[in-house]
Amino acid sequence: MSSGPVPQESTEQAKLRRRRRRNVQTVVESLAAPVLSLMLLAVWQLGVPFLGLSVFVLPTPLQIITRIGSDYHLLAGNSLVTLFETLAGFAIAAATGIATAFAIFYSRIFERAIYPLLVALQTVPKVALAPLLVLYLGYDFAPKCFLAFLLAYFPIVIATVVGLQALDKSIVDVVRSMGANEWQTFFKIRLPAALPNIFGGLKVGISLAVIGAVIGEYVAAERGLGYLQLQASSQFDTTLSFASLVIISLLGVVTFWGIEFLERKVVFRREAAK
Amino acid sequence: MTFASPLHQLHGVGVTIKDVTKIYEMRDGNELSALDPIDLTISPGEFVAVVGPSGCGKSTLLSMIAGLLPVSSGAIQIDSQNVHRPHPKVGVVFQSDLLLYWRNVIDNILLPVEIKGWRRADYMSRAGELLEQVGLKGFEKKYPNELSGGMRQRVSICRALVQEPGLLLMDEPFGALDALTREQMIADLQTMWIHLKNTVIFITHSIEEAVFLADRVIVMSPRPGRIDLDRRIEIERPRGWKTRIEPRFVAYMTEIRNIFESRGVLSKD
Repeated sequence: MSSGPVPQESTEQAKLRRRRRRNVQTVVESLAAPVLSLMLLAVWQLGVPFLGLSVFVLPTPLQIITRIGSDYHLLAGNSLVTLFETLAGFAIAAATGIATAFAIFYSRIFERAIYPLLVALQTVPKVALAPLLVLYLGYDFAPKCFLAFLLAYFPIVIATVVGLQALDKSIVDVVRSMGANEWQTFFKIRLPAALPNIFGGLKVGISLAVIGAVIGEYVAAERGLGYLQLQASSQFDTTLSFASLVIISLLGVVTFWGIEFLERKVVFRREAAK
Repeated sequence: MTFASPLHQLHGVGVTIKDVTKIYEMRDGNELSALDPIDLTISPGEFVAVVGPSGCGKSTLLSMIAGLLPVSSGAIQIDSQNVHRPHPKVGVVFQSDLLLYWRNVIDNILLPVEIKGWRRADYMSRAGELLEQVGLKGFEKKYPNELSGGMRQRVSICRALVQEPGLLLMDEPFGALDALTREQMIADLQTMWIHLKNTVIFITHSIEEAVFLADRVIVMSPRPGRIDLDRRIEIERPRGWKTRIEPRFVAYMTEIRNIFESRGVLSKD
């Protein structure tokens, strides 16, 4: 029939049209967040002079960026202090948190003993411990690291326990039937199966560790971004206070990305393969 | 180590099941008898199908042979050794494929080799040849979520066979597959087994699957499980789809069906 090739051509065209529409959609979606952010910043930038706000009350985004540029060394030096406190506290939380979770998973008595205690401690507002930590641990790194550790520890424990307990028991039977001992079962099955959960806990943990370190600096410190921000506020240097805030947020984002980068190297995601 | 053929004959091992029972202790303190004393002797190289209704304890029996579940009384011997833990000459295929999603096909197949502490390199070629045999050549680097249900179960069969098991235990391996895939898998399993000739214990709830595949069909009663019938299937191999409509095939099926009817598992119409 003569109409043979016509529909074939139109399916080709339809495929092209669909692909083009999909591409447009992808571009629009990926631009949504940056465009919205820029719009909000523009409103801020134009709104401040419009409302006649003083720089002591609310500096504009451009003033803050300029200040970050001019006080680059001051901010960078204090960032390193906060970064160190965050990473030290987080590293201890990751090591002890994962170890605690393994102990809870393998020992029923340990679970019975420690789990209720952990949950109870979780209800204590840990931020309120900061003044006490200064009393016990002094003014240096220790109380900040400890507070970072304290905030990051719990989510890492919980996520790891949940990950270990979620494993399908039949998969354990598979390796047991091959003669695997518990050591092999752990490294070949339990750990890789729990990794996505563990990294979920680590990502929550690292965000909280930043908060812990900064709060520690608020209470008593001689350096660090929290200290810098507090100093700036007390001297009505609102621009520097905002600049510190931006860098603290940046610190949170960068450390989070660091964990995510590690996760992508280590964890095989189910959805990763098409 | 090299292999002349991926499907060279394996040394089948014998299985002796002597007065084996399984009693579960319930939460209320009562005891539930899952299995009445079972006596069964399986010769090396025999293909035995165990067929029975759900809950008759056939999977429990298989788990005990696999060394994954302790017996409540009696003894199981594989290759004249008492089973207390999983026997090294046994490979198991489970109801679902249970592949590790973070490992690709070849790494899944080589899992038992790693666990036993053997050298992966020695088994690479066998793994590849097994894959070729089940029609999955070229899928070595694929991940389980890229495969269909039938393909995944084929991979899990390769995983059980890579260690050259003298005894292959299969627990309703095709139960989760669609009818067409299942029929093809049954045919392919027979083809492989004709070369391997190892001992197979195949658990199923399908009478047809049992009669088609097995040298010997064991029929079990509803709980507590007992052996109701032990029937040798005298049909030469290879058996094809036409075998299924032969009068003697139908006669075996009818005999087993009648037992299920008399036990109230199937209705008489």
